[in-house]
Amino acid sequence: MTAPLLQVDDLTITIGALDVVRDVSLALDDGKTLGLVGESGCGKSITMLAIMGLLAEHVRVSGSIKLRGEELVGRTQGALTRLRGKRMAMIFQDPMTSLNPVMTVGEQVGEAIAIHQPDLKREARHARALDLLRLVAIPFPDRRLLQYPHELSGGMRQRVMIAIAMANDPELLIADEPTTALDVTVQAQIIELLQRLQVERRMGLLLISHDLGVVGDIADEVAIMYAGRICERGTVDAVFDRPHHPYTHGLLASLPQIDRTLEKLVAIPGALPSLAARPPACRFHPRCFAAQDICRHEEPQLRPVPSGAVTACHFAETAVASTGAKVRA
Amino acid sequence: MADSAILLQAQPRRWPPWLKLPVLVGIGIILFWLVVCFTIDLWPIDDPIDMVARRLQPPSAEHWFGTDALGRDVLSRTLHGARFSLMMSCAVIVFAVLIGSGIGAIAGYVGGIVDGAFMRLVDITLSFPPILLAMAVTASLGPGLQNAAVAMIIVWWPVYARLMRGQVLSVKSREHVEAATAAGAGHTRTLVKHILPLSWSPILINATMDFGQVVLLTASLSFIGLGASPPTPEWGSMISEGAIHFYQWWICAGPGIAILSVVLGFNFLGDGLRDLLDPRSK
Repeated sequence: MTAPLLQVDDLTITIGALDVVRDVSLALDDGKTLGLVGESGCGKSITMLAIMGLLAEHVRVSGSIKLRGEELVGRTQGALTRLRGKRMAMIFQDPMTSLNPVMTVGEQVGEAIAIHQPDLKREARHARALDLLRLVAIPFPDRRLLQYPHELSGGMRQRVMIAIAMANDPELLIADEPTTALDVTVQAQIIELLQRLQVERRMGLLLISHDLGVVGDIADEVAIMYAGRICERGTVDAVFDRPHHPYTHGLLASLPQIDRTLEKLVAIPGALPSLAARPPACRFHPRCFAAQDICRHEEPQLRPVPSGAVTACHFAETAVASTGAKVRA
Repeated sequence: MADSAILLQAQPRRWPPWLKLPVLVGIGIILFWLVVCFTIDLWPIDDPIDMVARRLQPPSAEHWFGTDALGRDVLSRTLHGARFSLMMSCAVIVFAVLIGSGIGAIAGYVGGIVDGAFMRLVDITLSFPPILLAMAVTASLGPGLQNAAVAMIIVWWPVYARLMRGQVLSVKSREHVEAATAAGAGHTRTLVKHILPLSWSPILINATMDFGQVVLLTASLSFIGLGASPPTPEWGSMISEGAIHFYQWWICAGPGIAILSVVLGFNFLGDGLRDLLDPRSK
């Protein structure tokens, strides 16, 4: 039995006296997709930057991040640089700013290849870059190689970013809200492309998103984050069909559904607490409909619930059930 | 297919909007002085050092700009002076830009204590009035064109260091730099390929504008006797020699017009370059 592709245990990230992310544990296997869902500012992106080793030096990371059993926390930047782009690659949120505006597409894709295969000849590199653009279904790839990023549309640029990420056949692909900056129709194409690549290459895909619909469509497992902690984690079916955490329930209930008439959209009351003002104990209790005294004094730990997921709520079994609601994204 | 073929065709050429009249004048002036610089030995004019005529002659058909106190042709000396002034300014700017932007780029990219140390050095250097610092350095090294050049490099590099550091800092935080790091690019590659190509345009603009200033400072140093020594036909020292002959205005007029035109030319060109390279700062 080989080690799982990605295993994150008790990851805690602190900046100064603030813990941005606490005790986050995730696992991802080859050929699987893990969705990481949460509101803006809940710590999704910083978790992913920690996995890539891209955090600034004053940010303290503790816990363990293992890529195929190899510990990444505490590694030197030099060692991480050799891994980045080769075994783990990343796609950023905004394709408009993630490409170097003064290099042609071909130069940038070529560079991603050259960094990890410096011996490759110029022609071979060019051929490989052309293949990569075909892989991500860019029309007229030979012409695109000579163009600059400003000559491409947002969707095309995101395809180029994906081509760069795929340059060295990574085992792990991290996509940080890859569709947030794109039109809805283009979003669907990019998600489809990511899913196709993931299946073809048997990559592990860590998809960070706040789009529950997308995660529900392509992820195998999902982890819901709130204020720096994971509040519910499990298979998509378990978490989305039978949510046990009031926050998950609130998220799903707030989705408008095309086949149901709504008087008004259901929103979770309150707002995500700021980093410096996170409530003690259960971080969700000020916004929770089921909060009791214990929620204000004792922090709930992740524990198994009947759906097969794990949930960090004192009242996991009763809170959501009591609303009588049935939800599915 | 047909649509994209049309889109990919080159647009018909139009007159570039940044190429306005002052810019053209600037380019014209600079080109003139460059031609003078490289071909002056072939021109049918008097030797700049020979005493060819009677002293203190006003401008005439024979000596267009008159003659100076030693009977040398002012026009010839002015044109020959271009070589000293322009070559020297060129060397000063090139070295100041290389040293300054190199240090600034490293300071901005590395940050922390390296940044702090270099930038304090920059602050200290910039806290002196430029001409005073240049005078002090030249005086301590001994007068002469070469030492004046060294002094001016010392005066000028911090400007570029500060400019480059700011540029690198702002480009460094852009997403494509993080994306490059995520693709496995190391420090050198990130700095050289993903940061510097987006950082140099204000440096180029500033260098062009500063060229005129360096010409002025060179002349100033020579004027007070710290730069070129006689009989070198250098504009500053020519003005200095002419300054004592108050009624023989033409001695100073030649080199004065030369300095004025060079400074103007480079300022015009710098303005044009700014419009071309940095369309946002209007």
